[in-house]
Amino acid sequence: MKRVRVGNGCGFWGDNLDAPARLAAAGRLDYLTLEYLAELTMSILAVQKAKDPAAGYATDFVGVLGRLAPVLADQPKLKVVTNAGGMNPSACGRAARDVLAKTGLEAKPVAVVSGDDLLPRLDELAAAGHALNHLDTGEPLAAVRDRVVSANAYLGARPIVDALKAGAEVVVTGRVADASLTVGPAAFEFGWGFAATDLDRLAAATVAGHLIECGAQATGGLWINADDATRLGDVGYPIADIAADGTFTITKPDGTGGAVNAETVAEQLLYEVADPARYYTPDVVADFTTVRLTETGRDVVAVTGGTANGVTDTYKVSVAYRDGFMSAGTLVIAGPDAVGKARRSGAVLLERLRHAGFTFAATNVEVLGAGDCVPGVVEVVSDPPEVVLRVAVRDPRRAAVERFTKEFAPLVTAGFAGTTGYTTGRPPVREVFAYWPALVKKSCITPEVRLL
Amino acid sequence: MNPDAREGGVAVAPSPPHPLTLSCLAHGRSGDKGNHANVAVIAYTDAGFAWLREHLTADAVAAYLAPLGATRVERFEAANVRGLNFVLYDALAGGASRSLRTDTQGKTLAVALLRMEVEVADASSMRR
Repeated sequence: MKRVRVGNGCGFWGDNLDAPARLAAAGRLDYLTLEYLAELTMSILAVQKAKDPAAGYATDFVGVLGRLAPVLADQPKLKVVTNAGGMNPSACGRAARDVLAKTGLEAKPVAVVSGDDLLPRLDELAAAGHALNHLDTGEPLAAVRDRVVSANAYLGARPIVDALKAGAEVVVTGRVADASLTVGPAAFEFGWGFAATDLDRLAAATVAGHLIECGAQATGGLWINADDATRLGDVGYPIADIAADGTFTITKPDGTGGAVNAETVAEQLLYEVADPARYYTPDVVADFTTVRLTETGRDVVAVTGGTANGVTDTYKVSVAYRDGFMSAGTLVIAGPDAVGKARRSGAVLLERLRHAGFTFAATNVEVLGAGDCVPGVVEVVSDPPEVVLRVAVRDPRRAAVERFTKEFAPLVTAGFAGTTGYTTGRPPVREVFAYWPALVKKSCITPEVRLL
Repeated sequence: MNPDAREGGVAVAPSPPHPLTLSCLAHGRSGDKGNHANVAVIAYTDAGFAWLREHLTADAVAAYLAPLGATRVERFEAANVRGLNFVLYDALAGGASRSLRTDTQGKTLAVALLRMEVEVADASSMRR
């Protein structure tokens, strides 16, 4: 019986740079997926593209593809599917093709999936009655329209299937739902369609994609019971070994660190989920409550049962708009009474800024080591020898936030005894991009697939 | 109790029983969707799940995590993995893009909730 092995070697932009090549080398994969796009990432990429038309994609991918070249040469059937294209999949695809050409792999066809970028179409969509209302508040996008920097529909697996049908061996997409990076290869290999009769299999593959999309979070990363025996230092990245009916196993390359068991898989099954009976993707609404997990071997969990709960006629849209500036800095305060001194230091810092004429739209003083990571919930139980003071501000005025960044250093001499840790210099100011989730009718969007 | 102390006629109060926390019964994971957080709590055993279902209500979680300022807490069941999934609306002070907190994405909410002290007469059938 034919099976398709999909491994995910990257769970976000910033993930381990060696993981993709290590997974591909040892995983006996048919497909390597690489996931780069968080909600916030698209806005950062949009700003990069506005400054440089050749930028706006996850540049890490280009280096990763170079590291993958020897593995791809050894395994000519291995295909790569990634959303590294971000706001500029065409430029990313061209960069990928150039890397392949330099490493003797110019025969590997590269396809680019686009059509998710709604920024050039916002006024057209508004004129046609698509208000892109905020999913939670119902407010129309017009309220922040002049500050929008990016707007992307989450495309599904269909254009990935089309790219693979066209002969692509490297598929570079823009904003595609994370799980669809796995659903696409499964649907292509098994000849699944996207009709009502296919929905259960699409849902099952969606479960597979959801489980592996965050990389090592399925294989021991963040596992509550991880310890030294888990060997996270050598953690293996996850593989979904999928059958034609959509059932699959989750595993990782033999001999690697980490763990795949009913606990690690169950934790990841419910990660970033609202109603587990309705996990919305562009391909299907998947019901995670029908999933059965069975440990069938060391680091092997069989997953059966994920079923469909219908399909929507909308794509989710992720909009980002400019919302001022923020910065956060830290100092270390040693005790006795480190907690009290740190709180007073935060107050002193903000008081000095007030004297200088600066107040802020929002401020936050945290004493890390005293329970402030979950403020007010976890209490400090002793007098810790030292704590980290962290102060953050947000304001529409960049100049005010710039001024804030200069108020940490003075505390090293004009603060409380036991103040240290001013080693990284002034904290950076970053622009804030607020998040605006919305829906758009699928009929408004035409995904495009282009073989380079 | 120290027998020597008893022989010496000194009353020694028995040390208080080690408080049982949710982490004895369950594991979990938490994350974000915009400004909302989700916290999954997964029982180790069927008996533990039955206890969680009865006692770890949306109200109980809302009260424990009240300082975070969620506007609403909703509980979903995933009995297939002995899981309860709590969605905390507007609990992240703006979410990944705007929040001034260290934990902008609610990553530490699960380990915080698992510290909750619980009263269980006999937890032996609920432990890992």
